[in-house]
Amino acid sequence: MKLRIAIVDYGVGNTRSVLNAVASLGYQRAFVSDQPAALARADALILPGVGAFEEAMRAIRQRGLDRSLTDLVKGAGKPILGICLGMQLLATTSEENGVHEGLDWIPGHVRRIPAYPGHPVPHVGWNSVRHKHGVPAFSRPPQEAHFYFDHSYRYECDPVHVAAVCDYGEPITAAVHSGNITGVQFHPEKSQNNGLRLFRGLFNSIA
Amino acid sequence: MLKKRIVGVVVVRNGIVVQSIGYRRYLPVGRPPVALEYLNRWGIDEILLIDISATAADRGPDYTAVREASARCRVPLTVGGGIRSVAQIHELMGCGADKVAVNWAARNLPPLVTEAAAVFGSQCVVASVDAILTPGGHRVYDHVSRATTSSTPAEAVVRLQELGAGEIFINSVDRDGTYAGYDVPLIESVCAVASVPVIACGGARTGHDMATLLCTTPVSAAAAANFFHFTEHSVILAKAAVAAGMPLRVETHAIYTPDRFAADMRLLRRDDATLEAMLYERDEPEVL
Repeated sequence: MKLRIAIVDYGVGNTRSVLNAVASLGYQRAFVSDQPAALARADALILPGVGAFEEAMRAIRQRGLDRSLTDLVKGAGKPILGICLGMQLLATTSEENGVHEGLDWIPGHVRRIPAYPGHPVPHVGWNSVRHKHGVPAFSRPPQEAHFYFDHSYRYECDPVHVAAVCDYGEPITAAVHSGNITGVQFHPEKSQNNGLRLFRGLFNSIA
Repeated sequence: MLKKRIVGVVVVRNGIVVQSIGYRRYLPVGRPPVALEYLNRWGIDEILLIDISATAADRGPDYTAVREASARCRVPLTVGGGIRSVAQIHELMGCGADKVAVNWAARNLPPLVTEAAAVFGSQCVVASVDAILTPGGHRVYDHVSRATTSSTPAEAVVRLQELGAGEIFINSVDRDGTYAGYDVPLIESVCAVASVPVIACGGARTGHDMATLLCTTPVSAAAAANFFHFTEHSVILAKAAVAAGMPLRVETHAIYTPDRFAADMRLLRRDDATLEAMLYERDEPEVL
């Protein structure tokens, strides 16, 4: 409970929702910030995201957060959880409204979900998720747990980094994981108890 | 697989949650945070918090009320009412909203939909359409001027999708508060042209209405407002009726099975032996 969890504010995230969920688990020292000095003092980072890729990367660069976050995460090995767009930002590139460069922490490309009859895009709603064993974030949620998704693009990367998948006409990467970096395509802060279990599993692995 | 959704609509008028009947009569229910907390606890899949008095009174969103209502909301929260600018959407996201719903602004300030989709992504923008049945078929209804417009709901939906809306919320004015069941022809006319998920609302009385709608039309979500109020476990009961016929997210602590209901969805009494055995059951709440 003493864990200092910083929610990175770059202007287009649903920071309040994430803070509400984390605080409800008793992490009273959780805070929202865009200041590199404050983020450096945190034990773990959350990169939330509701928004368009290009706008988000621009907002991150404008605040100089791309460099300071890379130092903290790749250099100092600080644990980070990317949520939804925050996960997609971990990729090398995204094809949302043209090709844009991401943070390139877990090599991969973000591409539009192909639409099929009966599978409209965006992919919105509660989908069941199958996860790999041994990923801290998934130590508590059960297999086939429901999480809330709301996105039009998906992360395509080396299967070795895929921590969880769900099914929507085609398999969709539900989570990526590499060392201290975790990304989830769904919204744990909006997935009732399964989301809270995910936060708890991840934060317990840090404390 | 992706499950269809049961959506709870919380209609707020001048700060108070109300049951709306035909967009004309309103019965007070209570405070928004309480309504949201119960819907949450009963396992609702998503909540729409709509302030129906904001645009008509020329007010913006009530940020304090949204912040208060969202504090204990652990499901996606869409906020609507009084939105006219991207700056207001920014502010709402900071207050705990996950998506926004636009109705009046989508018709009268269409660039707002496009701009909001560019900044927040189209998945964040829900376009809400009110429809009324006229002798010439369904038409879009303007709840601010209380006038019927000339465009059909399907035409409006096509336009809203082109502007960048990521979801469509279709509500029947005639069925609002009538408990007469969903307006299926209206909903089908919208689904026929929609390439994004559709949420249908207006007229549901029980989970059976939701089950019928979800089984017979391609909508992504069945929404209701009035019947979720004043009934203990209303969402769990509705989900039990739907889950009997299709896969659904049922993850609440309390669960009902369909064989426990009478035809009108009233709970049947359990036999004495079961009730007596329950006296000695110990229920350990999960520590998250």
